[in-house]
Order: sequence, then C-alpha cells, then structure tokens
Amino acid sequence: MKRFIGFIQKEFYHILRDRRSLFILFGMPIAQVLLFGFAITNEINNVDIAILDHSKDATTKEIIAKIAASEYFSIKQIIPNEAAIEPAFKKGHIKAVLNFEKDFSKKLITENKATLQILTDATDPNTANTISNYTSSILKNYQQDLNKAAQTSYKIEPKVRLAFNPELKSVFMFVPGVMTVILMLVSAMMTSISITREKELGTMEILLVSPLKPFQVIIGKVVPYILLAVVNAVVIILLSLFVFKMPVEGSLFLLGAESILFIINALSLGILISTLARTQQTAMMVSLMGLMLPVILLSGFIFPISSMPLPLQIISNIIPAKWFIIIIKGIMLKGVGLDFIWKETLILIGMTLFFIAISIKKYKIRLE
Amino acid sequence: MNTKNAIQVENLTKTFGAFTAVNNISFHVGKGEVFGFLGANGAGKTTAMKMLIGILKPSSGNALVANFDIATQADSVKKSIGYMSQRFSLYNDLTIKENITFFGGIYGLNKADIKTKTHALIDDLGLHDEANKLVGALPLGWKQKVAFSVSLLHDPQIIFLDEPTGGVDPITRRQFWEMIYREADKGKTIFVTTHYMDEAEYCNRVSIMVEGKIEALDTPKNLKTTYNADSMDQVFLKLARNLA
Amino acid sequence: MSIIVKNISKSYKQVKALDNISLEVPSGELFGLIGPDGAGKTTLFRILTTLLLPNEGTASVTGYDIVKDYKSIRNTVGYMPGRFSLYQDLTVEENLRFFATIFGTTIEENYDLIRDIYVQIEPFKNRRAGRLSGGMKQKLALSCALIHKPKVLFLDEPTTGVDPVSRKEFWEMLKRLQEQQITIFVSTPYMDEAALCDNIALITNGKILRIDTPEGIKASFPHKIYKVKSTKTFKLIQDLGAYEQTHSAYPFGEYIHFTPNTTAFRTQDLTHFLKENHHTNIEVFETGPTIEDTFMELSD
Repeated sequence: MKRFIGFIQKEFYHILRDRRSLFILFGMPIAQVLLFGFAITNEINNVDIAILDHSKDATTKEIIAKIAASEYFSIKQIIPNEAAIEPAFKKGHIKAVLNFEKDFSKKLITENKATLQILTDATDPNTANTISNYTSSILKNYQQDLNKAAQTSYKIEPKVRLAFNPELKSVFMFVPGVMTVILMLVSAMMTSISITREKELGTMEILLVSPLKPFQVIIGKVVPYILLAVVNAVVIILLSLFVFKMPVEGSLFLLGAESILFIINALSLGILISTLARTQQTAMMVSLMGLMLPVILLSGFIFPISSMPLPLQIISNIIPAKWFIIIIKGIMLKGVGLDFIWKETLILIGMTLFFIAISIKKYKIRLE
Repeated sequence: MNTKNAIQVENLTKTFGAFTAVNNISFHVGKGEVFGFLGANGAGKTTAMKMLIGILKPSSGNALVANFDIATQADSVKKSIGYMSQRFSLYNDLTIKENITFFGGIYGLNKADIKTKTHALIDDLGLHDEANKLVGALPLGWKQKVAFSVSLLHDPQIIFLDEPTGGVDPITRRQFWEMIYREADKGKTIFVTTHYMDEAEYCNRVSIMVEGKIEALDTPKNLKTTYNADSMDQVFLKLARNLA
Repeated sequence: MSIIVKNISKSYKQVKALDNISLEVPSGELFGLIGPDGAGKTTLFRILTTLLLPNEGTASVTGYDIVKDYKSIRNTVGYMPGRFSLYQDLTVEENLRFFATIFGTTIEENYDLIRDIYVQIEPFKNRRAGRLSGGMKQKLALSCALIHKPKVLFLDEPTTGVDPVSRKEFWEMLKRLQEQQITIFVSTPYMDEAALCDNIALITNGKILRIDTPEGIKASFPHKIYKVKSTKTFKLIQDLGAYEQTHSAYPFGEYIHFTPNTTAFRTQDLTHFLKENHHTNIEVFETGPTIEDTFMELSD
C-alpha cells in the first residue's frame, strides 16, 4: 500500500508541476461552459420576418399579434402575394416568411386543421431550424389556448417538447454536452498521455522491472485523474447553477454517481488507448480523433441524433457519451430517477466492463 | 575583419541570463585543417558551435566563417557550410535516394545535379542494394556515412560535425575518418566534436573547452608534451579535473 | 553463478538481434558487454531484466528463470536503461524517494550503499532532474537503481554521450560498488572502458565474438602489430591499403595500426615502400594490441 501511495504522490507532482496542462485542465471547462452559454447560442432575438396572409381573418390576426408580441420576432413586412416572397428574401432583411393559407379560421373550425407554411432562409440552417421550432411552439401554445377556450376539458394536448426548457434556454441543452466532452477529455486523453509519456521517457522500463505490479501502475495513474475529473464536473455544475441559474431537477447524488460511472468509462478507454499507442503524440491523436470528435458530433450534443442518417444513428449507439448525455439530461432537466434511466446506466456499465476487460487483456507485463 | 582562415573567432561570448555559456573565446581554423573541438558536457561546446553555424546570435564578440560574419550574414554562412550531427542527420522514414533529393533540393541544387550527385554518392559508398531502402533500416555506421556524404552535396568549404561517430562500430568509425581525411585532402576544412579521445588525435589541432573558455589549443602532440601525458585522454582529464 | 545465459536468440521480424548467445557471470563480478550500437546489447539487457521474451534459449539471474520467475527477478535486480530514464519534473530527492518507495524501502535504510555516489549530487537535491548536467543525471540514475540494494545491477550503456571525465568517475564508482558484493553487468560502445572489467564479451551483429579477461582478449590477437606514421596521413592510409604485405591498416590516434599478412615481414621493407611513395618523417615500430584491435580483427 505504501508503494501505491508513493506512486500516486508522484503522479500528483507531475500534474501539479505541469502548469500549462493544469491551466488547460481547469481553465477549459470554465471557458467552454461560458462560451457555449453566452456566445454560441441557438437562441434567437428579434429576428426579422415577413407575413403573407391569404385569409386575414380573426384567427390569423390573433396569431400574428402573438408572434409580433414575442421577443423572438419582429414583423418587418407584409407581403401581398407569393411572387413577392423571393424578392423579400433576396433583399436579405428577413429570415422567414409565415404564409397563412386561405380560409384559415374556417378550415381550423370545420376540418380542425389549418396550414401555416413557414419559409425560412436556409442559408443559415441553424437559425432556420430554430425559427421554425419557435414559430411552431408559439402556434402550439395558441392552439392549446384555443382548445381550452373553445372545447370541453377532456381534450388534453400532450406536453410539448419545450416544457422541459420553458424559457427556451439553449445553455441548458449545452451544459450536459460540455460536461460530457470535458470529462471524456480529462479522463481519457490525460491518462493515455500520462501512461505513454512513461513509455516514451523509458521510465516504464524501470517501473516494469520493479516489484510494482502492472495493475498498480495503471490504477496509480488513474486515481489522480478520477479526482481531477470529479473536480471538473463539480465546477461545471456549480457554474450552471449560479451563472446560468440552471436548475438540477433530479437527485444530485444520482448525478454524481452517474458522472463517476462515466469518468471510469472514459478512463478505461484512456488505458485502452495507452496500451495500443507508443508515443504521447499517437495517444493524443487517437484521443482527439477517436474520442473527442465522435463525442462532439455523434453523441447528440450538437446535432440531434434523430436527424442523422440511419448509419450514423446506428454508430451513435456505441458511443458512451450518447448514453451519458441522455442520463444527465434526464437527471438535470427532467428530474427523473434511476427507474427511468436504468437501461442507459446498464449500457454504460457494460461498456466500462468491456473496455477494462480488453485493457487487462492487452496490457503487457513486458515490452512487447 | 578579413581573413585567409576558414574560421576566425574573436572574443565570442554568449550569455543566457546570468549564465555565461561561452566566455570570450578566440581562435582560428585554417583552410584544409581538421580541427577537434573538445570539452566536457556543459562546457559550452554546443553553444559555440550553434553560433558558428549561424543559428544562434552571439551576445558579444564576432566570428567569420568562410569570410561571412555569423551575426549579420548568417544566411551566407549557412550556404557555405555543411552540418551533420549525431542527434539528427537524415530522415529515417525516407529512403537514401529521397533523403539525397530532399537535402539537395533545400540547398538549391538543380535536378540534373541532384541526379548525378545521387549516383556518385551511391557508387562511392557502394550502396546500390540499399539506395531505395528506408534510412531507418540501415545500421548506424552506414547511416552516418550517408549523412556525411549528404552534408557535402552542395560542396561546402567547411564541414561541421557534431559527435558524428557516437556508438558507431570501430571499423566503420575508421572508415568514417578516412572520409574526413579525404575531404581535408581536397582542401575542405573540418570542424569536429567527439567524445572519443583517440579520435581527438586524428585532428591536426584540438581545442579543449572548460566552463565556457578554451583552456588549451594545440596539436595533439604538443598538448601531450605540455601536459606530460601519453594520451589525449589524460590531457583531457588533467585539464578538466584540475579546474572542476 | 549470478547470470547464466544459454543459447539465447531473439528476432524482430526479419532482423536477428541476438543469435545463439551464451555466457556466464559469477557472483560479484564486473562484467562488460562491449560492442557498437545495433550489436544487440540492449536486447540482451531487456531479456535478462524480463522485459522481453527470447525466441530460443534459456537464461537465469541469481538462480531465477527469466521467463517463469520474472517477478522474483524484478525484486532482486537494479536496472538502468540506456537513455536517462528518470522523471525530469521531479527533484533529485523526489526521484530517489519514489524509487525507494516502490521497492518497499527508504533512502535512509540503504543510504550506506549510495552515500559515495549520492553525496556528489546531494547539494542539488532540490533541483529538478531535468536541469542536471549529463554526469549528474547519470549519478542520480545509478543511485536510483541501487537504492533497493539489488543483488545484480544491469547498466545499459551508462556512459554513452557522457564526457571522458564523468565516464572515468563513473567507472571508479562501479569498482567501489563491486566491493559490496554486487554483480554488475554493464554494456558500453567505448572499447577503452573494457579494460576496467573483470571479464568482457565482445558482441557485434547479435553474435558474441569472444569472452575473456581484457588481458586475455588482447593476448589473443593473432598478428604482430606496428605503429606507422608519416606527415601525410590520408595518403599513408591509401598507400598502406595498396601495400602487398598489408593484412589491415587502421588509424589509431596519430598513428596507423598496421598488421602484416606474413610472418616474414620486416619493418625496413615497409619504410622503404613508404619512402618510394614520397612519405617523409616515417615512423614504424612494433606495439602491443588493444582490445579495439582484437575487436576489429574478430569482426572483420
């Protein structure tokens, strides 16, 4: 045990003396959360839109009034006919056109169905997507109000997507993603680099030719990074609680436990990388390309999985981050308990055990 | 300052903060001379050499290499010298031919020249079977011989060799020195550092650096007489130990 | 016997790094493995320190088999790999303490063994290892390899790239360590260091050329050997290469070591030949062989 503690102490010396990495380790989570929270936002504000109203009846007027009242849109133009839509876009002032069909009110009452076409400027697909989401949600709200007023109470609309983020704050969607990326980076990349560094320096040779057992070397490498990753997770959660006033609906204990599970998962991936890579450079490339990119692109962090092509949707299933994001979104935003996320948790546990098993199998007690 | 010498160094000094790595050294190396530049680890050899090949600016003093000022005409210095070091000489992941083409290219040789020189070099070293093999697969001694030949591609007047024979087997080491003698015989100037004291005796003159200064400079024979020693090894030990 | 190697062979893909190597090292001996880079020295070290498995053959260290009992060997030997392998970002003392701890001992417990070496670097014990000079790094590495009082010490090229002064000091330290009953197995590419070992094995291209005492190695040189000198060294080498009685001619310092291919050789014949070739200040006299002469003769 004394040997083991001596080893961990040494690891902390390495970490604490490498000022630059230390700065990145603790500066990065803060920078990323702030960046995603403030700068790269999916929120829209006073977007200029135009209206093409073929009915001009009470309902459309009400809807238009509602949209005009919202802080998201400002109505710049009333367009007389279809032919005027394209010129309006080309001028570049407006980002969307709401096209109400003829006899909107009548259709809504008689057929229970009326169509509102939302034309968006897809040269900026992100904004376009957001605009259409926002308008649809305003419409849905209006529809709900309409239902409440006109119909009897047995007709209940299902809760819409916005219910979990009623203020439409995108930072709430990003925090789980950022946390996943950071934990993956700290745990997998830093451990794989720190193990391959010993290989590169030649100190691994001395450690192997010592009474220290190989698994002690590995666990000794991993322990400091578990601590670092936990500190990072706490920092991110505190930032989101106090800077962005983001609520954690579910149990903090469960959130902590799931985070540690994910950290261990990432660490086992880091160890796996280090058993395969010979140099720090390879370890870093593999971590960045093999882990970070999928985490960012395929986990549902930035791009919704449901809108990916089928092959990518299938691939996304083998990415641990996908399951972790589902879990923490569930805990943080929906306030669900283990009974709702046991399946995802089991998948993560399974993956972790699998990675550890391969790492142990691949770990060499000799040099080749 | 104008000189007939290949290298002319006057009061050359380099400081890093409070530390003086090279302390006011002066010497010259004649044309066609094989000059040994010796010193213990950390004596300032590498720093001095870096200044002479134009990649490090001196703090004070000046030096002419091939009649170019190392401080103000570093580019011209680089064009007129060849450099080879033990740490880096050739790209291991390129073949011998590719290395020659690359280094010929960066010294501005044209295609036809590179082609003839490549043939000549491969003939000279008898490497026909290995010409298209990766350099990394060659034994160290061969690699160093190729590296030396490559450093001669652009026909430099002065060749700087930084521990060129470390770890090389004794026979190849001697073949290497025969190559050095051959170049010196053609009138090229050789400036070489080594940790093998017997190699120091191959040089026309050697200087021994101790703590940033040149403590001794003479022919090996005279040094042995002066320090009453029967080998350069003893001369070196006496000098470095008395002052350490 | 402290180290027994029997018919060890090891290949990496097509390259045969070690080819049927056998040797024995008695307890308490200072044994030198002498050969150039790429001879297979490091491979043999790694096999003996249980870091590599041989393809063929067996070996034991202090009675333990290198394959079966690798754990016991790792507890009893000290190992200093070829490159400087300590933590550059840890101080001198932290490095030493770390290696003491992982071997389950303390600096204080075995201080006697390293005192001689460690006192020289103790003034710098709070300096980061990365900022030590070459000679000091090497002393620290040796201290770390010794701190657990190993029975056998494996030193792979400890003096490569180190200046002659530090090299000499290092060998003096090894001689003193030997008095503590530690078997020392050391490799070097510097032939002049071979003279300080009890026994040496000359190795090249994965094969052992000869194992003997340094004196025995020199005595085994089969020819007479002459020192030759003239004012024009390069021409001298070329002319000797063309001389009909030449067996070999290699530069050694300011002289050429010349060996004749016939016992009937007379120095005046050579002097005459050189005069005919316009050499001046000619010197030719008989000398004794060095280990390097034998190495070249055997590897030729």
